[in-house]
Amino acid sequence: MTFLYNIWHNEKSREIIIQIFVLLCIGWFLSWLISNVDANFKALGKDISFEFLFIPAGYDINQYLIDYNNRDSHLRAGIVGLLNTGLVAVFGIILATILGVTLGIIRLSKNWLASRIAYWYIEFTRNVPILLHILLWHGIIINTLPHSKNAINIADISFLSNRGFYIPKPLTENGIELVYLLLVIGIIFSVLFFKHAKKKQDLTGLQLPVFWINLSVIISLPVIGFFVSGLPISLEIPVLKGFNFKGGMHMSPELAALTFALGIYTAAFIAEIVRAGILAVDKGQREAAESIGLKPSKVMKLVILPQARRVIIPPLTSQYLNLTKNSSLAIAIGYMDLVATLGGISLNQTGREMETMVIVMLIYLSVSLSISAFMNWYNNKVKLVGR
Amino acid sequence: MSSEIYKPGSYPNLPPPPGTVGVYGWIKNNLFSSISNSTLTIISVVLIYYLIDGIIGWFFFDAVFDANSKIECRKINDGACWAVITRRVGQFVYGFYPEVERWRIDISFLTMFIAFAPLLYPDLPKRKWLLWFSGIYPFFAFILINGGYFGLTKIEYSLFGGFMLTVIIGVTGIVCSLPIGIFLALGRQSKLTVVRTLSVCFIEFMRGVPLITLLFVASSMLNYFMPPGTNFSILVRVIIMFTFFSAAYIAEVIRGGIQAIPKGQYEAADALGMNYWQTTRFITLPQALKISIPGIMNTFIGLYKDTTLVVVIGLLDPLGIGRAALADTKWNGLSTETYLFVALFFFVSCFAMSRYSLWLENKLNTDHK
Repeated sequence: MTFLYNIWHNEKSREIIIQIFVLLCIGWFLSWLISNVDANFKALGKDISFEFLFIPAGYDINQYLIDYNNRDSHLRAGIVGLLNTGLVAVFGIILATILGVTLGIIRLSKNWLASRIAYWYIEFTRNVPILLHILLWHGIIINTLPHSKNAINIADISFLSNRGFYIPKPLTENGIELVYLLLVIGIIFSVLFFKHAKKKQDLTGLQLPVFWINLSVIISLPVIGFFVSGLPISLEIPVLKGFNFKGGMHMSPELAALTFALGIYTAAFIAEIVRAGILAVDKGQREAAESIGLKPSKVMKLVILPQARRVIIPPLTSQYLNLTKNSSLAIAIGYMDLVATLGGISLNQTGREMETMVIVMLIYLSVSLSISAFMNWYNNKVKLVGR
Repeated sequence: MSSEIYKPGSYPNLPPPPGTVGVYGWIKNNLFSSISNSTLTIISVVLIYYLIDGIIGWFFFDAVFDANSKIECRKINDGACWAVITRRVGQFVYGFYPEVERWRIDISFLTMFIAFAPLLYPDLPKRKWLLWFSGIYPFFAFILINGGYFGLTKIEYSLFGGFMLTVIIGVTGIVCSLPIGIFLALGRQSKLTVVRTLSVCFIEFMRGVPLITLLFVASSMLNYFMPPGTNFSILVRVIIMFTFFSAAYIAEVIRGGIQAIPKGQYEAADALGMNYWQTTRFITLPQALKISIPGIMNTFIGLYKDTTLVVVIGLLDPLGIGRAALADTKWNGLSTETYLFVALFFFVSCFAMSRYSLWLENKLNTDHK
């Protein structure tokens, strides 16, 4: 007995006993699950195989970034879906960041009225489920915008209707290479000039107007090239043919609704993150910066933002990740993203729930794990070293 | 310039300089302190004017509250057509729960507040007695809503719907996910490698995939993992998924709280001879939970909002009821009204939760800053 007593009351051996016990429980549980799956599959006459990925999908996708038609395989349909997820995530992230940062700064404004408006906007937006935002925007676009025939006409080149947004598509012609070349030269010049200005400031304290010079160089060089090489870009303008527009670039109502909804919803969270980040900077930092005579814009740019960034970036990334995951709700309005193609129609057509869901989940999981890994690396890099 | 000489301590109190106090001073300081500030104020006023002008009219003055169809609505007035809601308000609240039995839902909903009160407000008088009620409330509500005992008719889960379904999924998920989340957080901080690895895997998996894929798993695959022949209700499966999903998020929030506790607290607990469970119960959790209140509440609000996703797998939550109403040719095209109504419900409940969280945070704040 004393032997057993000693084993149980020794920290090391007790830890090992508990861990072995937990492992056994989990092992038993997993084998139970697997045997259940096996029995169920046998009863239904099913098996697990991924060959369905290579048979023709047989359904159409109305929005694709790479060529696709219904004779392509399920695998390709899944890739089209994945790219669509990426597309809406990128649009949404851009919109959410611009709107969110603006709102966050307005929320901190000394102007009581503006700050209140931002506050109520944030509260109203983030307390309503994202799915409702998506459906609401989709409903507004479908039900309140006019039909293609009476589309809202913007300067005869862009059209808004309940079939989506149509904007001109730039087509490149011969001679465009010169424009690209000049753009690259402009960027190289601005990098060199930035370095030069920094060196000069370190040596003499003199500040050059880097931003304005670089901006004008980057814009003016390609514009000059554009005129010199004989206007090599033309616009393909959408025109009404029958019931719908042809030509130009098309943003479907689903993509537009999803972008607005995800952008506006996430912006409310980003605004709060930006606000918290700016407030987290010690008051003394601003006072010190002001007392050495920096202009308000320089105080923000050189003192507040670099310190706020450290606080803002980690939660901001997780908001981006949330936005990407929320884009899977696209299925509710029929936007063909990864979940709607591979996890939706392919699943229903092939009856392979297990395989399709595993693939979809693994894709999302690998995206979010790699972003988390990047975040950990970034956090370690910017962590304040001290104490 | 007057040059009176006052004795020390007898200088009369002068009024503050004009234009710095009172309504005028406040307006000047907060709205018109500089040119850019004044511009911002004017833009805001114009914005508010247009919002009120356009929206209030549409919402109330030009709105139609009762009609037989959308076409009738449009004939009466051109504002919102709330008839789509008023004609189906019973469905929006109770789903397809039989009309004669709806009192059971009303009673469980009202008594829910009595059951939650002692948990939410620590200073409540007679708290101990009320806590007993909180303990039996889950069984009470289950029997009352589900029926099958004491002569109550059994109601099928498939009839559940509307706001009632939202509250059932949301509240059950919230109540069950907190303890699981706490154990996961402790597991992730554990010294035992096996326990830690398992917790990390579970948390990262749940956080890494979108909730909607988990709901698909619940609706189409979960039965494969059960012994052949078992068939448990889709509602239960969905609640399990919601619980696990938000438990993973809560675990991460609480882990943040645990990591924020100074090391000295553990050393002091060790010095007092406390074992692991005593340290956890009396030292770690009270402090960690207090720090994590805002995060936990945010997760709860998130879970509550996410209950709308059940519409995708065919449950009839308010959104499902709304979409069914819109599919009716009579009401076709009134999506804005329907979704705004549901949005208002969510806004009210979520805003109330976030206010409560702020109140609790202030109450438990023991910093002497």
